[in-house]
Amino acid sequence: MALLEVNNLEVSYGLIKAVKGVSFEVNEGEIVALIGANGAGKTTVMHALNGLIGKSGGTVSFGGEDITSIKAHRLVGMGMAQVPEGRRIFGELTVYDNLKMGYYSKRDKSEFEKKLNEIYESFPILKERSGQIAGTLSGGEQQMLAMSRALMSSPKLLLLDEPSMGLSPLYVNTIFDMIKKVNSLGTTVLLVEQNAKKALSIASRAYVLEIGNIVKTGTGAELLNDEDIRKAYLGG
Amino acid sequence: MEFLLTLINGVSLGGIYAMIALGYTMVYGIAKMLNFAHGDIIMVGGYSIFVFAATSFGTLPPWVSLLFAVLMAVIICALLGFGVEKLAYKPLRGASPLAVLITAIGVSSFLQSLAQVFFGSAAKFVQFPDLGSLSLGELTVSYSTLITLISTVIVMLALTLFVKLTKTGRAMLAVSEDREAAQLMGVNINFIISITFIIGSSLAALAGLFSLMNVPFIKPTFGSLPGIKAFTAAVIGGIGSIPGAMLGGILLGVVECFSNSVPTLAPYTNAIEFAILIIILIVKPTGILGKKRREKV
Ligand SMILES: Nc1ncnc2c1ncn2[C@@H]1O[C@H](COP(=O)(O)OP(=O)(O)OP(=O)(O)O)[C@@H](O)[C@H]1O
Ligand SMILES: [Mg+2]
Repeated sequence: MALLEVNNLEVSYGLIKAVKGVSFEVNEGEIVALIGANGAGKTTVMHALNGLIGKSGGTVSFGGEDITSIKAHRLVGMGMAQVPEGRRIFGELTVYDNLKMGYYSKRDKSEFEKKLNEIYESFPILKERSGQIAGTLSGGEQQMLAMSRALMSSPKLLLLDEPSMGLSPLYVNTIFDMIKKVNSLGTTVLLVEQNAKKALSIASRAYVLEIGNIVKTGTGAELLNDEDIRKAYLGG
Repeated sequence: MEFLLTLINGVSLGGIYAMIALGYTMVYGIAKMLNFAHGDIIMVGGYSIFVFAATSFGTLPPWVSLLFAVLMAVIICALLGFGVEKLAYKPLRGASPLAVLITAIGVSSFLQSLAQVFFGSAAKFVQFPDLGSLSLGELTVSYSTLITLISTVIVMLALTLFVKLTKTGRAMLAVSEDREAAQLMGVNINFIISITFIIGSSLAALAGLFSLMNVPFIKPTFGSLPGIKAFTAAVIGGIGSIPGAMLGGILLGVVECFSNSVPTLAPYTNAIEFAILIIILIVKPTGILGKKRREKV
């Protein structure tokens, strides 16, 4: 049984169907990439999974539990955390308070310190800036904070929506290294990316989304070498 | 001396405005709505004090009776704020701001009418124990002013610490900045909004008490003018900002007292206060401490 199972997911905005019956699964330990052009419906799928928007059809199960109509705020406690598109860190709170918010669903105080130290070890810059107002961090630092904030809850499944958006190549590499590291430490990852080449290179498997439908699936390597994919998403 | 006395009275009146303004500003920041019925919560608090003080006077010592009445007022207002949000505002989450605003006005006139049905429209005298006043040399300050002043300081400190240091307080800040991201952290928005209404309404009950200590008469429109003044204070300070509401309230109270102390200005006090609002909005449209929302990249 897969960690995340999505069956025939449909999402509509008013009369417009943005996601038209999408099915996929994410197995424990995998990095699964969801790639597609602008407007394909990737973010919509993510928001439907995390409960921020309602589904008009289909089912979603997580860890064997039906989460189709669960409230968004309950998912993180169940082990699903997300780095939303555009980071969405709390810009008026300090870096430290952002990380504390990441731990909101948990109670154990001593565990918090441990988790925090882990994060600070991976990202010394966040420790250095722990008292800084998060909105004043650079874009790349903000992305690291967004990722760290999601990791504070020790999720089983991490949803990442365009973690490399707006970053310089150096930061893109840092972020992708981090995704690999997090994954190797046992967190399953569902990754949405514009940077298809990068995403496919680290993905165990990938799905290609086109105007609300999954049109192709395969391992990362297979899709990297697929003629159509090369043309459409990898710039020839 | 005259100056100092006016200043003390102004800060004390400002404290009342600040307590009400906090309710507006917190609800605006977190539920993203203007709760125009907030002033009427003060009125309900005032009537609660009137009823419970009157029924317990004589049987209890005056101070105990007053504390009992205030406690009841806080509980009633907290429950009312909680209930109004659940019944009237929650079903309108996601509706247009205009629909919510009109509903709030409806709640306001409902509460006023209800008060009229129960207590009539004439002003009622509220019996308080005589607290006397404190003389420091030439300066004579009434104890009710001092109590208002001290309570304001305590309330503001407590609220500031609550927001800064507690998990729920931090979640309130997070929700006010980005409701969806806060949900992704596991924050139950309904819970946070309820807490906000409960805190705001409890403060309104206290504001009702302190207003009555100044002028011990209550009628169904008791909360309207302080409500509007406090709303003005919240906007002056920067709506959505907690320190802004405190600052705006105190500023407005001080201006009001100084203006009232000058015979030629006294008739124009309200006009002066609203003129200050307009000037501040022209100079700084977000209010003194209001932040412009950072653009999300
Ligand atoms: N709130 C909304 N109301 C109406 N339509 C929406 C809304 N959000 C998204 N859409 C539409 O749904 C479609 C899918 O959008 P979505 O944000 O999921 O795309 P995406 O694949 O994440 O694109 P991008 O790569 O640009 O982030 C688009 O056509 C978009 O215009
Ligand atoms: Mg997107």
